Amino acid sequence: MARKPSRAPASSARGDGVNDDIGEELRLRLYQTQVTIREAEQRAYDLFLQNLVKGTSHLSLGQEAVAAGFAVAMKPGDLSFCTYRGHAHTLARGVSVEKVLGELMQRSNGLMRGKGGSMHLTSAEHGVMGSYAIIGAHLPIACGAALRAQYKGQNDVSVCFFGDGTTNIGAFHEALNFAAVWKLPVIFVCENNLYMEYTPIGDVTAVEHPAADRAAAYGLERIVVDGNDADVVYRTAAAAYDRARAGKGPSLIECMTYRHSGHSRADPAKYRPEGELERWKQHDPIKIYRERLKQFGVQEPAIAAIESEVKRVVDEATEKCKAAPPPPLDILWTDVYADGGWAWRN
Amino acid sequence: MAELTYRDAVARGIAQEMARDPDVIFFGEDIAKAGGVFKTTVGLLEQFGPKRVRDTPISEQAILGAAMGAAMTGLKPIAEIMFSDFFAVCFDYIANEFPKSRYMSDGQLKCPLVVRTANGAGSRFGAQHSQSVENWAMMIPGLKVVAPSSPRDVVGLLAAAVRDPDPVIFFEHKSLYATKGEVPDGEIVDTLGTARIIRGGKDATILALALMVPRALDAAERLQAQHGIDCEVVDVRSLVPLDTQTILGSVARTHRVFTVEENPRLCGWGAELVSIIADEAFYDLDGPPVRITTPHIPLPAADVMEDIVLPTVDRITETVRRSLSA
Repeated sequence: MARKPSRAPASSARGDGVNDDIGEELRLRLYQTQVTIREAEQRAYDLFLQNLVKGTSHLSLGQEAVAAGFAVAMKPGDLSFCTYRGHAHTLARGVSVEKVLGELMQRSNGLMRGKGGSMHLTSAEHGVMGSYAIIGAHLPIACGAALRAQYKGQNDVSVCFFGDGTTNIGAFHEALNFAAVWKLPVIFVCENNLYMEYTPIGDVTAVEHPAADRAAAYGLERIVVDGNDADVVYRTAAAAYDRARAGKGPSLIECMTYRHSGHSRADPAKYRPEGELERWKQHDPIKIYRERLKQFGVQEPAIAAIESEVKRVVDEATEKCKAAPPPPLDILWTDVYADGGWAWRN
Repeated sequence: MAELTYRDAVARGIAQEMARDPDVIFFGEDIAKAGGVFKTTVGLLEQFGPKRVRDTPISEQAILGAAMGAAMTGLKPIAEIMFSDFFAVCFDYIANEFPKSRYMSDGQLKCPLVVRTANGAGSRFGAQHSQSVENWAMMIPGLKVVAPSSPRDVVGLLAAAVRDPDPVIFFEHKSLYATKGEVPDGEIVDTLGTARIIRGGKDATILALALMVPRALDAAERLQAQHGIDCEVVDVRSLVPLDTQTILGSVARTHRVFTVEENPRLCGWGAELVSIIADEAFYDLDGPPVRITTPHIPLPAADVMEDIVLPTVDRITETVRRSLSA
């Protein structure tokens, strides 16, 4: 049985101090997005320790580059389908930190006013078409959104994000075949963080790369990239979007990454071998990208300004959420059905 | 007015809606080139073309998931699950996804789709291709659940389901496909959530659904002819929304009520109806409500066994007669 190597992959993009295909404006967006996710996720963790984040939460600390790279490469109108580990992808599409933290804290200012919770973040106006907490469910759903785009001649792309554990559930395989047969404009993004919940993915998977090594079964290219390097992710995403928009069908992309925290708030992640977390922290996406900006000539004060502005936004959002009331109880009875109510009888 | 089979009414209903609205698309296993394993969708591929009428792989999760993704982004998909028993392999969408996305998203997402499926026994297919599972769908908040008993209702309720903004599970009955009935010419659009009194009577109310409707009617005729018992027969048609007004109104007139259910006994839809009647019409009743159901066993394949476990005209007749003479 293949066991995943636990070393961090080497960064493949090297800046040479000049602007390139990505350019400074996008690089600053990529950095700002990653720092926003880092700060908001860290804040979510801190608020959990204060018992202000209720229920469960699944953080993307350490996985920020995947969310940032794919979101920044999107066009307005492209659609994101996320998992219960979806805070990062929601923030990356431009949803406010206040609305995300408000939902985690179950306040009336939350994205869904407490009706969904941490695992179901949705912001249709930002193209975040739901976060799905049943493993694999959203891959076929993304296929359907892509089918609509293809049928109506619309040019948007549907992107679904999922973890390595998803590659062993039936819906993953059904969706890949479906998308390949119908050449749907959908991108399947596997965030391989080496663990399906608490178990090393290599212990329970027949192939070394749980997503990429299955691609050939659906006639797709085998793609494995450094998911902690936002430039690499951005370029990979952009190529896949171009392919989808050109009518060439789906892509399956495996991004190697690592979560710094446990699976969920209940998990101290004691199953990890000694030194693994520290090695991956040397390959931290924020650290990599901070250096990247400098290589491309962005000065320290400009970088620090982004960081302090993000911190200010997260601080302000936190205070607003702490002050916000709980959800109004009358919304218990709304939106079960399209008439706005819940009546099942006359 | 034309006489149509229940089977042909399915294709007519789908065609009526596809001709009206280009956002209606239809997909499922063997539904396009083969015209459906029950031949319910013959001619649709030829009429509407391969972009709108599509054969899928044997991937029930992909079928329902794709229907949901298409629905939430602007299409009005009709998805077919060949046998309703197969809901068990794609139940995530029926139980967790379709009915909850609008609520969980605080009204941001919509899910206007129809899942058609062949439900029910009588074909000697055994325990995994014969079940009546409308109660599986009825128990989930957020779904609408319909089961027509006549060709006219197939067209009208299917049209209403396609036009409805919520996810509708549409149960066709396999043993009704060959039955015939008059269907008016032109567009037919019915209303979800409406039961229909198909035989007036003063002595007892019989509530029935799908294949049990013609059996309840036959039993009512026999009860009248042989025993002078005058039964009202209500075709429930729609489990969600549920037309409790028609049902309670009938019980208030007849003072006795019987349900005829193809579901196995426990948690069949009749249990919910009887509970509502007990809560709200207890003092209208002259005797206990009685449920006539399939016993709580898996369905057998052999004809002699299948025939006696489903509620029969004999069993309905005898149960009503005995209860009323007690």
